[in-house]
Amino acid sequence: MALLHRLRRHLVVLAGLLTLGFLLLPNLVVTVFSFNDPKGRFNYTWQGFSADAWRDPCGVSGLCGSLAVSLQIALWATLGATVLGTMTAFALARYRFRARGAVNSLVFLPMAMPEAVMAASLLTLFLNLGAELGFWTILIAHVMFCLSFVVVAVKARVMSMDPRLEEAARDLYAGPAQTFLRVTLPIAAPGIGAGALLAFALSFDDFVITNFTAGSTVTFPMFVWGSAQRGTPVQINVVGTAMFALAVLVVLAGTAGANRRRKLRG
Amino acid sequence: MTTSSTARNTTKNTAKSTTESTTESTTRTMTNRGGDVRLTGISKTYGSLTAVHPLDLTVPQGSFFALLGASGCGKTTTLRMIAGLEEPTAGTVCLGDRDVTRLPPHKRPVNTVFQSYALFPHLDVFENVAFGLRRRGIRSVKKQVEEMLELVQLGEQARRRPHLLSGGQQQRVAVARALINHPEVLLLDEPLGALDLRLRRRMQQELKRIQTEVGITFVHVTHDQEEAMSMADTVAVMNAGRIEQLGAPADLYERPGTAFVANFLGTSNLIEAEVHSTNGDDVVLTAGGGRLAVPRARCAAPVRTGGRVLLGIRPEKTSLTHADDSAGIPAGRNRVAGRITATSFSGVATSYVVDSAACPGFEAYVQNIDRDPRLVPGAEVVLHWNPAHTFGLDTAPAARAGAAEAGEEART
Repeated sequence: MALLHRLRRHLVVLAGLLTLGFLLLPNLVVTVFSFNDPKGRFNYTWQGFSADAWRDPCGVSGLCGSLAVSLQIALWATLGATVLGTMTAFALARYRFRARGAVNSLVFLPMAMPEAVMAASLLTLFLNLGAELGFWTILIAHVMFCLSFVVVAVKARVMSMDPRLEEAARDLYAGPAQTFLRVTLPIAAPGIGAGALLAFALSFDDFVITNFTAGSTVTFPMFVWGSAQRGTPVQINVVGTAMFALAVLVVLAGTAGANRRRKLRG
Repeated sequence: MTTSSTARNTTKNTAKSTTESTTESTTRTMTNRGGDVRLTGISKTYGSLTAVHPLDLTVPQGSFFALLGASGCGKTTTLRMIAGLEEPTAGTVCLGDRDVTRLPPHKRPVNTVFQSYALFPHLDVFENVAFGLRRRGIRSVKKQVEEMLELVQLGEQARRRPHLLSGGQQQRVAVARALINHPEVLLLDEPLGALDLRLRRRMQQELKRIQTEVGITFVHVTHDQEEAMSMADTVAVMNAGRIEQLGAPADLYERPGTAFVANFLGTSNLIEAEVHSTNGDDVVLTAGGGRLAVPRARCAAPVRTGGRVLLGIRPEKTSLTHADDSAGIPAGRNRVAGRITATSFSGVATSYVVDSAACPGFEAYVQNIDRDPRLVPGAEVVLHWNPAHTFGLDTAPAARAGAAEAGEEART
């Protein structure tokens, strides 16, 4: 009876912890296995503790090269998609123009379309254009599919923005450029930031489209896939754990910063 | 104020207002302020919808001017055209002798307090208030901003974000943000609409105090007639894109020119009556078998024997006497006999609804000094009032002629 009572009282907390565990368990496995000392080629069963892979993350040939390619593509794709997507979002949210409705729904298409279909059609397109597959074709493809996510994130923010804020800025002696830089952009920033983060994660992570458009270029997800055929080096887990830790750190720093600012303002 | 701008102004105005504008510009040069807000033939249409019909309006420099009307009457559009946020379809906006019709909002010496305050959420109170100064390239803003925050009693809150403030505090930030720029005209778009009643009354006094202190022209848009009357020197009542009547609050209240004004500003009992005869300075009317007098000077309608006139009287100017005591009513007062159908006690006063042959649902407010216990629903009573408090209106519902006259009045 007492147990049941306690259970009922802490049901929400319990459910929360279970969900969190469900979400974090894969990451935990990756982290644990980054300290494995596998006997064979595959890092799938626990053999014994070793920090060798952490001491030499680039020990596997091609891994750090592919990581660099992936990071470069992700950064440029994020930049491209964020700039284009923000402009598209403003156009859609603020102005009435021909085919606005069509653009509004077409923007969703890359999100809705199966990736394999899009990848195949992109490959066809690039081949027919006579483009050389590689870094640039991957980048173009990534900007294309990241764009819709940025548009959605920024548009939501711009739509919810009070148009009177910009009127107030104009009323307070800010010209069009000043109004945009001092008011519109800072207020839209959270949406733009969210869109950019999404774009970065999607681009860094993408396998299907990249695989079709890469030619002989190898990105990190492609490297992982390729090595999984022949045996998985522990270093993959090391990179995975490092990425996860970095992301957690960024989030924690952001939260701490926000908390401190809130305290300062009282 | 160059000679050329005066000359340009002269060509635009009628002969009558030219003399006027010359004398005005002399005084303006001496006081070195922007001068009057002058709207000439200004109108705004959206497609087939006319938000503001061509109107002429002069807001004297340094006055507290209220544009009063129900929502959708064009008052906010008029305000936005002065701010430059809305481009007029026709007509001109002048500040003093400067035609600012084509100037974008950031080049006009005019600031606005917006209805929802429109405080910048990403900036703290200090930076919100400093915004206008910084945009004009003023480097050392600290002292000015602090002084302004003291004026609106928000010195403690300088580093807080707007969303952490209460509605009243946000409202004061909005006022400070606009006033710090020393605009020639401060435009207020329903600035108190979001506040609760008690706070609204306090902010009304506060705004009035600030206006008296800084001496800047305030143009205040509101749908709250009490707010308009208690704050403004001059009130313009707008209806359906036109100015119905313009004047000092007491004049508008005591002598409404149209039925709309009579009902929008407070409550009026309107009795449809027929012109019977004239008696000296009074017009004698008949309604419901009785005779009622109205001074000819207080009759806005054309007086023809046999013609119809809408007679109006305010509920608080009416006395109520039980039918048994009707002999004691002094002679010369307008009388209407009827029966009480409802009463409602509100502490300070009691309001009675009286049905009579002349007017169903006549309202009368009686102060609770000596309450007559016989005045209950069903009681026979006589309503009576001083004929000098009566006003006469045109029975034509819209009374468009009145609106045109109001425009003319506004010009002078």
